[in-house]
Amino acid sequence: MTATSDNLSMLEAPGINWRRQIRFALVGGLSSVFIALAGMPVGLDGRNIIQPVLSMGYLALLWVPFVFASLAGSVVILEGMSERERDAKDLAAGALVGLGSSAGLIILMVLIQNFNLRDPLVNWSPQLLDLLSFDRSTGLGMLLWLILGTTLGLLGGAMHVVPAKVRSRILAVALAVLAVSVLETFLTDLLEGFGLETLTDFIYYKRGGLEVSGAIVVAALALLIPLLVGSKIEGIKTRVVEMPSEERRRVNLLLLTVGAALMLVLPFFLGKITNELLANVGLFVLLALGLNIVVGLAGILDLGYVAFFAVGGYTTAVLTSPNSPGFSPELPWPVALIIVVVLTGIVGLFIGAPVIRMRGDYLAIVTLGFGEIIRLLFLSDWLSGWFGGAQGITNIPGVDVGIGTVKGTDPRSVFLLVLVFCAIAIYVSWRLEHSRLGRAWMAIREDEDVAEAMGVNTTNTKLMAFVVGAVLASFSGAIFSAKVGSIFPTSFLMLVSIIILVVVIVGGMGNIVGVIAGALVLIGVLGGPKQPGLLQEFSQFKLLIYGALLVWMMLKRPEGLVPNVRRTRELHQEEFLQDAWLKGEIDTDDDEDSQ
Amino acid sequence: MPLLELRGVNTHYGAVHILKDVDLAIYPGELVCLLGGNASGKSTTLKTLLGMVTPTTGDVVLDGESVTHQSTSYRVERGVTMVPENRRLFKRLSVKENLELGAYLRTDREGIANDMERIFELFPRVKERMNQKSGTLSGGEQQMVALGRALMSDPRVLLMDEPSMGLAPALVQANFELIQQIHEEGVAIFMVEQNANMALSIADRGWVLQTGKVVLDDSAEALLANPELRASYLGESGNG
Ligand SMILES: Nc1ncnc2c1ncn2[C@@H]1O[C@H](COP(=O)(O)OP(=O)(O)OP(=O)(O)O)[C@@H](O)[C@H]1O
Ligand SMILES: [Mg+2]
Repeated sequence: MTATSDNLSMLEAPGINWRRQIRFALVGGLSSVFIALAGMPVGLDGRNIIQPVLSMGYLALLWVPFVFASLAGSVVILEGMSERERDAKDLAAGALVGLGSSAGLIILMVLIQNFNLRDPLVNWSPQLLDLLSFDRSTGLGMLLWLILGTTLGLLGGAMHVVPAKVRSRILAVALAVLAVSVLETFLTDLLEGFGLETLTDFIYYKRGGLEVSGAIVVAALALLIPLLVGSKIEGIKTRVVEMPSEERRRVNLLLLTVGAALMLVLPFFLGKITNELLANVGLFVLLALGLNIVVGLAGILDLGYVAFFAVGGYTTAVLTSPNSPGFSPELPWPVALIIVVVLTGIVGLFIGAPVIRMRGDYLAIVTLGFGEIIRLLFLSDWLSGWFGGAQGITNIPGVDVGIGTVKGTDPRSVFLLVLVFCAIAIYVSWRLEHSRLGRAWMAIREDEDVAEAMGVNTTNTKLMAFVVGAVLASFSGAIFSAKVGSIFPTSFLMLVSIIILVVVIVGGMGNIVGVIAGALVLIGVLGGPKQPGLLQEFSQFKLLIYGALLVWMMLKRPEGLVPNVRRTRELHQEEFLQDAWLKGEIDTDDDEDSQ
Repeated sequence: MPLLELRGVNTHYGAVHILKDVDLAIYPGELVCLLGGNASGKSTTLKTLLGMVTPTTGDVVLDGESVTHQSTSYRVERGVTMVPENRRLFKRLSVKENLELGAYLRTDREGIANDMERIFELFPRVKERMNQKSGTLSGGEQQMVALGRALMSDPRVLLMDEPSMGLAPALVQANFELIQQIHEEGVAIFMVEQNANMALSIADRGWVLQTGKVVLDDSAEALLANPELRASYLGESGNG
């Protein structure tokens, strides 16, 4: 075209990078094989997404060609670059990537058929081969994968060819169907609470998963609702954004109150299972908010955070249970809680004092050790006269709150109690983050020496982070104790520390909303160290997924799942200013490049 | 009475003897500089003055009172502030948050707001970039924020560790002008510099440190004229 000659300054976006496509095809193939051999297809086959068309086991494989093809096709459009016209070549590129993924599976099928590697690879099994062959002949299975992989890859590539609006609609529909299916337990519970059993019967198959008709209805709704109310919501949004800050604050406050009120009535519409699940999520939200202060704000990488959860739990057990082997005052829970908080705070001081002088790696390792030491102390024969050793402490009573008792057999009450403490923790976190102390924590996180030079008493400030974190964990421990009714050292494995840390990192360090979202997604859907999530079938793959998520987050989104709104706004402004500077709209006479 | 003094200070890092019998005094409102080669102990002198390092023997004296065993925050509260080597802003915090941290120990809201305004007058560009993450600022802008952050503590004496390090030649001059401007507002300045020529041209007095010992202590003119110093620090051989 002639465009290049009369518009030299306009950069053209690069064409298809075939090397990148081939790389993605290879990685897609390897990923598919890895997923298959990790046992996900067979392990998850029992769970229907849409009955009888799609099970979670197949979904574990089918997302690969689609997502990899669409990732391989994405290009970053830089400033001043024109978006390249997409054409059939992009479809071909997508198909190539998809083909790569299915080729991996086909090779795996051939290998399984001819060799037996079951000894090192437990999932190298006839069941896997049957599943990969769609319960037909192996040859037909291979052909089907060839077609499926290529088609899905093609569709992935097509995501860049269709207009952005269509793309986001398609993704919204797919995600809506997936979400409604994954959230089945929660939604049926909620709908039953409103007496809408007929609706759930219509949408969901009796033994799990969506009915085909249900899936169609969900998809149609996901398509129609944004069309009908989308523009209205946009309008309201812009109106709120344009409001003066005073008024906007009032709107925010109103929304917050309504949200809080909804949260408080929600438990009454939910059944046992869901209340139980959300109560567990809440316990982890408490823990994650506490660790968020230590790691996210103060930048102290504490790998033994479970210690404070354990101290909170055990202290509550000793103080309230009639079966406490040593000292048994049988205090009511609220009174015990005060002692628990004070005591855990003191333990925080004692563990913090020696640890706080270290930095970075050393601190991480030492805290890891302390976390284990605390658990081993509770397990030890030496202290079993107090804490019962491996037998733990049983018969911990519930929480008497006047109008009723909060106890594990009534998950609704537990969830309500957890909600109250989460609200407290959120408020405390938010206030602290915007306080002088919060600023000192962030300064230490950024540069400890300079923080000291600014007059921050770094030792005390870091200790404060430890103590506040410990206290929030002790809330969680105290509720956990009363909820479960018995307490054993095995509830406080190192894994708990790691999972809380993953929640904080995935949610976005130092970001309250992100941390809560992280807990909901990870603990609520995948499950905690021992607590089942919505996808119980996932429990054996939980750690694998946690690990994969962590790696992906660190590489692609170090800011966390929910980017901090304030920060992004700054970033945009930053970009804007830098643009202006590039274009010479801001004077640069004293800038260093002027020489 | 000197504002800030070192009296016979010896400082060790572990068993290594760094500062050896150092005596120096900074009077209110003056601009003085400390010269010396690499690893001669200049930064250590500043850290000793601010209390980030405690001397083994000898005294740090502030307003005639020994503060040798007082914390850094005690000294910051009484008007001693440091602009660290290489500026060292809190990179992921905004410019505004950096400035607020400079005023960490102050409680007079009004005074803080006034000083913030004063800094914006001094550095209009800092105001423009108030919400930008400080790590993304250009070197010259970072220097302004580092100076601003230090000024936010309302200091009586500013300890500056190589303020022109890492700045482009064109900025070095501008930077010295800024330092002079701050000095003219009545803040005493104790500056560590490698750029001896430039530093001595604006300073009243200076010291030369060699392997932890003060080897020269004189007025700026005398130091500038000192042939030994000219040979070793001012990059000239013999008489220029
Ligand atoms: N924390 C420390 N631990 C041990 N030795 C240190 C420490 N800090 C500095 N030193 C040593 O003390 C000596 C003086 O260091 P100092 O930083 O004061 O030098 P300087 O004069 O500021 O040098 P430069 O001009 O390179 O900044 C150096 O030999 C250095 O290696
Ligand atoms: Mg130095």
